[in-house]
Amino acid sequence: MIIQSSLKSFGNYCIFIGRVFTLPDRWREFFRRYVNEIVKLGIDSIPLVIVISIFIGAVCTIQMYLNTSSPLMPRYAVGLATREIILLEFSSSILCLILAGKVGSNIASEIGTMRVTEQIDALEIMGVNSANFLVLPKVMAMVTFINVLVIFSMFTSLWGGYMVCAVTGLVPVSTYVYGIQTQFISWYVWYALIKSLFFAFVVSSVASYFGYYVKGGALEVGKASTNSVVTSSIVILLLDVILTNLMLQ
Amino acid sequence: MIEVRHINKSFDDKQILHDISATFYDGKTNLIIGQSGSGKTVLMKSIVGLVTPEEGEILYDGRDIMKMNLRDRKMIRKEIGMLFQGSALFDSETVLGNVMFPLKMFSDMTPAEQLERAHFCIERVNLKGADDKYPSEISGGMQKRVAIARAIALNPKYLFCDEPNSGLDPKTSILIDELLSDITREYNITTIINTHDMNSVLGIGENIIFVNKGHNGWTGTKDDIFDSDNQALNDFVFATDLFQRVKQYVKSTRAK
Ligand SMILES: Nc1ncnc2c1ncn2[C@@H]1O[C@H](COP(=O)(O)OP(=O)(O)O)[C@@H](O)[C@H]1O
Ligand SMILES: [Mg+2]
Repeated sequence: MIIQSSLKSFGNYCIFIGRVFTLPDRWREFFRRYVNEIVKLGIDSIPLVIVISIFIGAVCTIQMYLNTSSPLMPRYAVGLATREIILLEFSSSILCLILAGKVGSNIASEIGTMRVTEQIDALEIMGVNSANFLVLPKVMAMVTFINVLVIFSMFTSLWGGYMVCAVTGLVPVSTYVYGIQTQFISWYVWYALIKSLFFAFVVSSVASYFGYYVKGGALEVGKASTNSVVTSSIVILLLDVILTNLMLQ
Repeated sequence: MIEVRHINKSFDDKQILHDISATFYDGKTNLIIGQSGSGKTVLMKSIVGLVTPEEGEILYDGRDIMKMNLRDRKMIRKEIGMLFQGSALFDSETVLGNVMFPLKMFSDMTPAEQLERAHFCIERVNLKGADDKYPSEISGGMQKRVAIARAIALNPKYLFCDEPNSGLDPKTSILIDELLSDITREYNITTIINTHDMNSVLGIGENIIFVNKGHNGWTGTKDDIFDSDNQALNDFVFATDLFQRVKQYVKSTRAK
């Protein structure tokens, strides 16, 4: 039953994506909306990204210190391990999970509200391809802007770790800095950036899909927004496994 | 002229419209009346193509919208203006932005011409000084006016209004009715209005289609309605004591 209904939803999602990815009716209007979405979905998320990243970076550093406090481990391992966690998982996968909550629920409730207040019908009646008009700018904005957020997150996380070292003196700052620079594999950064592109696509398109097909009223908009967060989180985690297998082996 | 022939529509095994036929004329305010839940909105959405009926023909001056491909439908939608029950203004656009919207998307006008046309429409619906307000900042009556201005921006041949008076006070309702009626005559539009407001029926009912639980109930004008002995129609139109008295009065004055 669950498999059947998931397949059906997936099919509908694919049809929806087909409607989204067509050429815009008016490019001017598309770019205007695209810029708006970059501001609304991307730039407005920067403060959240910074705050969360600083704290996670700090906590990671403390945890690494506690877990590598064996005399056999070099002190710089704290910085090195923190860096690997941040680059490999936190600044891409976990960050996108957080954005699935913030950006995803925002998109689903905005489009869902437009559906239940007949704004989408109003677009259709004018002859506008509403899926393309509303959703394409959002998806493009997320996909093109996500890497800015990821890079912000990488830097601020590592800076969070640096601050912990500076304030508490767990490990000397110079050792931490040496740690985060040593044995650096630049492919890991690319890996994080590429993964995030997929995740950004999932977050924005799944949320749009749930919002677009809301039936009913305000209550259903809320439900759609919750469902979109749950679904896109699961899809992100699944994709994480698949992409990691493909890219890191 | 729009002709609707033998429309049937069901949602998940529940039949909403049963073999509905009707004709809507140019330059007239055509009313679809009926109780809440009788299928007025579904009928209107079927006519404009937002809902696809299982059976029937819908002819826009002879052109059958059910047989059209997507491109032709898109073309015909440029001749259609529609006013939704909740106004359906775009929250993220100002009043002016809402009226400009169809012009920006579909006209070949220069920006200056678009602005001029938008201002003309806004003035035509007697709305001034609200250009930069957002829909949430204006009253329900004003929202309806903006929606009308947006609907007529591209000079439609066909204008659809789903309960234009819902949520408005009686006085504002009459103003909106008069506005719709004036615009219809002025531009010779085929206007179709869904309503369950008896003031509208008796005020602007030039061609009335009564939908009774999804069936064709009765057809006529506001003057015929007093003489009809259709039970369902009388129960619906003259439901209140006030309208019963109006009916008695009209009949007694006519008898003289
Ligand atoms: N999309 C839909 N899916 C299922 N049922 C619907 C849908 N739209 C309308 N209905 C049903 O059709 C009936 C008629 O609704 P409607 O046309 O909105 O009535 P009215 O506009 O006359 O008040 C109602 O019982 C409603 O529940
Ligand atoms: Mg209705």
